[in-house]
Amino acid sequence: MHYYDVVLSGFGGQGILLTGDVLAHAAMLEAKHVTWMPSYGVEMRGGAASCTVVVSSERIGSPFAEEPCCLFSMSKPSLFKYQGRVKKGGLLIVNTSFVDPSLITREDVKSICIPASEIAYQEVGEHKMANMVMLGTLISASGVVSLEKTEAAMEEIFSGNKKKALPQMLQAVRCGHAWHLRV
Amino acid sequence: MEKRKLMRGSIALAEGAITAGCRYYFGYPITPQNEISEHLSARLPEVGGVFIQAESEIASINMVLGAASCGARAMTSSSGPGISLMQEGLSYLAGSELPALVVNITRIGPGLGGISACQGDYWQATRGGGHGDYRLIVLAPNSVQEMHDLAIKALHLADQYRNPAMILADAILGQMMEPVNLDPPPVEIPAKPWALTGARGRKPQLVKSLYLADGEMEKHNWHMYEKYQRLQEAEVMVEMDLEEHMDLLLVSFGSCSRMVNSAVALARSRGYRVGHIRPVTLFPFPGDAIREVSRCVGKVLTVEMNTGQMWDDVRLSVYPGCQCRLLARPGGAIPSPKQILEEIEKYIKAGDLLAKSVR
Repeated sequence: MHYYDVVLSGFGGQGILLTGDVLAHAAMLEAKHVTWMPSYGVEMRGGAASCTVVVSSERIGSPFAEEPCCLFSMSKPSLFKYQGRVKKGGLLIVNTSFVDPSLITREDVKSICIPASEIAYQEVGEHKMANMVMLGTLISASGVVSLEKTEAAMEEIFSGNKKKALPQMLQAVRCGHAWHLRV
Repeated sequence: MEKRKLMRGSIALAEGAITAGCRYYFGYPITPQNEISEHLSARLPEVGGVFIQAESEIASINMVLGAASCGARAMTSSSGPGISLMQEGLSYLAGSELPALVVNITRIGPGLGGISACQGDYWQATRGGGHGDYRLIVLAPNSVQEMHDLAIKALHLADQYRNPAMILADAILGQMMEPVNLDPPPVEIPAKPWALTGARGRKPQLVKSLYLADGEMEKHNWHMYEKYQRLQEAEVMVEMDLEEHMDLLLVSFGSCSRMVNSAVALARSRGYRVGHIRPVTLFPFPGDAIREVSRCVGKVLTVEMNTGQMWDDVRLSVYPGCQCRLLARPGGAIPSPKQILEEIEKYIKAGDLLAKSVR
């Protein structure tokens, strides 16, 4: 049985829920079972935002992750909140454009420190695409879904009046994917 | 097969209602169910339907009553406090034998409570929070697919039995996204010769819940009771995941059953023989299934996100002499699969010393 769960977290406005949406969508296109569960409360821009994506070859029970295989963190508070929960030997992906890597306390997980906002700005011309750069790194490092299906998912999500953003988004994901293969 | 779509539970439910031919929605905003109203406000006009944001929940449920009297498939949705306000209307709908769909995406209660997931409205849904001797048909989905499918089922059952039906779900099911197959089943709306459609060419009809003549009301109550008996015989829905020679039987419903599913898998991987019964219909309750299975298990653990409401029905259903324990997490807390597993281990190892119910 294949089972992989990810907690994506950061500030409201960074595109955390959207990133999870793309990941979940790609998993669906790979004919896997998948759940996408947002944190739910009194949310606001600039506040904490997170979601949990569970991908499995079998029917999924709990859509929550007590000990996620991977933490995708775009902010300091979210790193503090979730890093202790990551499964031993799991994956920690941190946007070091926002978070000082010395704040990572876990030594029993694989940490990937990526200056995602800088990469997004330099390669795509838009620092706000940092979430998609990190998604590229996430799928490359974890293998949870393929780059091909991720691109197909994005083409479905960014359609209609959202199509304008698609080329940049795709480029951002590819950059993050390639960055991981290089390091 | 149509392609799967990734959707939130609330949207899947709204789409299910449209598929079932529901063309009238009346509601008043409340978190965590606003996605249903938002979606239907855009979709209903597209399919020739009517969306009205009423001035209150009381108005909403009475608009539903009006539309249902005219033979239309109509619905409303709300959350705990709003559903409380609707109880008078629900009682009138039941008394007038009118079909309707009422969706409760619950909040934590009592009072204004909070918006997290909770199952504290089980009693209100299954016992009837309104006055009088009536029942609601109550369906409890546990996935986004079931949010869609059971919305369709609820509207069908409501028409078939001329009784209001409720979907009881919570913020987990409303907010979560999962892939859904939206293959539309054929829609058959039964003839409604009783509906108030204009009396031209026929005798005027009356839809009412007032019966003042001697013995009339008793007759009406027995008639409704007989209908509930028929529901009990024909419409019970239950999901059972059983094994041979079980040490323990778990019972849970709705979102909570997802955590129990994970716990059951964990327990089995450690060699425990456990089974799980999930009532899909909360009324009619699958009491016979629980009685039959518990007969050869002896130990039953109910897991709920309240202080033990369905536990009442489980205790009424189990084979006499069965031990019945409860793992309860009220107030928005969610039992983790790990916590449920610990409880399973503790209970199985406890032997047969505890013959009485332990909370």
